[in-house]
Amino acid sequence: MPILTITNLHKHFGGVKAINDFSITLEKGKIYGLIGPNGAGKTTIFNTITGIYEPTMGEIFLNGKSVIKKAPYEISNMGIARTFQNIRLFGNLSVLDNVIIACHADAKYGIFEAMTKFGRFKKNEEEIKEKCIKLLQIVGLEEMRDDTAGALPYGHQRKLEIARALATNPSLLLLDEPAAGMNEKESEELVRFIQNIHENFDLTILLIEHHMDFVMSLCDEIAVLNFGSTIAMGTPDEVKRNPAVIEAYLGGEDDA
Amino acid sequence: MSGYVEGVIILVCINVIAVLGVSILTGFTRLFSFGNAGFMAIGAYASAILTTKYGAPFPVALVVGPIIAAIVALGLGKLTLKLKGDYFLITTLGFGESVRLLFLFAEPITGGARGLSGIPPKTTMFIAVGITMLAFLGAWNFLRSKYGRNLMAIREQEIAAEAVGINTAKFKEYSFMISAAYAGMAGALLAHYYMFISPIMFNLPKSAELTITVVIGGLGSLSGSVLATILLTVLPEIFRSAAEYRMLLYGLAVVIIIVLKPSGLMGYREFSLRPIFTLYERIFKKNNPTQTKGDGK
Ligand SMILES: Nc1ncnc2c1ncn2[C@@H]1O[C@H](COP(=O)(O)OP(=O)(O)OP(=O)(O)O)[C@@H](O)[C@H]1O
Ligand SMILES: [Mg+2]
Repeated sequence: MPILTITNLHKHFGGVKAINDFSITLEKGKIYGLIGPNGAGKTTIFNTITGIYEPTMGEIFLNGKSVIKKAPYEISNMGIARTFQNIRLFGNLSVLDNVIIACHADAKYGIFEAMTKFGRFKKNEEEIKEKCIKLLQIVGLEEMRDDTAGALPYGHQRKLEIARALATNPSLLLLDEPAAGMNEKESEELVRFIQNIHENFDLTILLIEHHMDFVMSLCDEIAVLNFGSTIAMGTPDEVKRNPAVIEAYLGGEDDA
Repeated sequence: MSGYVEGVIILVCINVIAVLGVSILTGFTRLFSFGNAGFMAIGAYASAILTTKYGAPFPVALVVGPIIAAIVALGLGKLTLKLKGDYFLITTLGFGESVRLLFLFAEPITGGARGLSGIPPKTTMFIAVGITMLAFLGAWNFLRSKYGRNLMAIREQEIAAEAVGINTAKFKEYSFMISAAYAGMAGALLAHYYMFISPIMFNLPKSAELTITVVIGGLGSLSGSVLATILLTVLPEIFRSAAEYRMLLYGLAVVIIIVLKPSGLMGYREFSLRPIFTLYERIFKKNNPTQTKGDGK
């Protein structure tokens, strides 16, 4: 069974058809790319999958269960985690706390145990902290765990968002332009990093990216979007050779 | 200790408890309320009616008062917390005034404008200080658990909080209920300290005072809230003659704080002796590297 199925999705903002009949099926364990010019509707697709927007029309199923009309937190608890194009960290909190917050579901204690530190509280908190430190080690931010998240350099903030997403134990990870603002070397590193977490966390990944090399070297399959509709779908090689893609994408890059 | 000093300490304690509740709500969840005096009134009247009219023991009244306030907050929260920030603030303001008017008009039960008198003097300094310490400790631990962290996540980035699976609506309700319970406790203690309550004691300026205190102490600092409460309760006592200008001074203090240090007295930090030690280390141990980090991974 596919992990995510989107069928005939539409999202209109007044007259703007941000998503116009978009369909995709994600097989478990693969890495998918979603590319397209600026304003093609990529982020809007993420926002509809994660419940921030309710689609105008269409269906979205995660493991056979519809996510339509569910609150974003419910969809997160169903196993979808994401990062944001314009980073949304808990800016005034520490790096470690940013990740710990995402482990709230691992904290099984009640409100009175929390206020009195009785019962499961201490042990439970220890376990969570351990898990989060491991996650920070994986993304390479362990050294900075006490720093204020909002003060981190841009690239580190992106990695922290990924660590925070992983802390929710997702089965599907959505990354919105993870390599944005990175130079060539950094984005090559990021490719290896994403391959790493893909393997170690048993993930299916759907990512939006403008860096072509990045998408081509990382993704099993790529969907190309323009004006809210899919114009091509296939392996990196197939997509690269598709004339419609070349035209739409280069057209998009011009005004980027 | 003189009765006067004792009285000031009890008043400080009562205000600290109410302010702690607002601190959780406003400082840590970024929900502004101008109606928490309404919850104080509910705690005060509920507990006082219990002890005076039904002869209930004081501890029972101290538990029931805050619980009723919290239940009312749950109902109000369900109706209003989904509204955007400003609208929520306005509804709390309306709520506070409605509660006051309700107690004013329910004369057979509350004594109306004449107030409710003959309340037994049960709030001793010992009880006030003890409960304040418990309230502080409870709030402190609460904020350092998943509950407090979820509230701070809402304060920092509500969309991201939802995206990591936090039911933001539910946790806002928790925050609101706890702030109401704290206000209710403060009200119950107040009633059994003054032995007399009337609706005017829980008016809009009282609500505003609670929120202003939190802003002055620093949004996101529990110890800052306590510090500000002590200052704002004790200073007017010392400068009795200026007491009439209390609200004016509060307003001035807020303007000065917002201009000079928008994060309040304590910012997001908690009061600790750590900076003093760090300073000491810097001055006297300059040559020693302070700490070497673990394995450098
Ligand atoms: N909340 C909104 N209200 C109105 N219009 C919106 C909203 N969100 C997105 N849009 C519009 O929908 C279209 C698609 O936007 P979207 O952000 O999904 O594009 P994108 O493919 O992610 O672009 P980029 O590569 O620049 O991030 C744009 O025309 C945008 O202006
Ligand atoms: Mg986008």
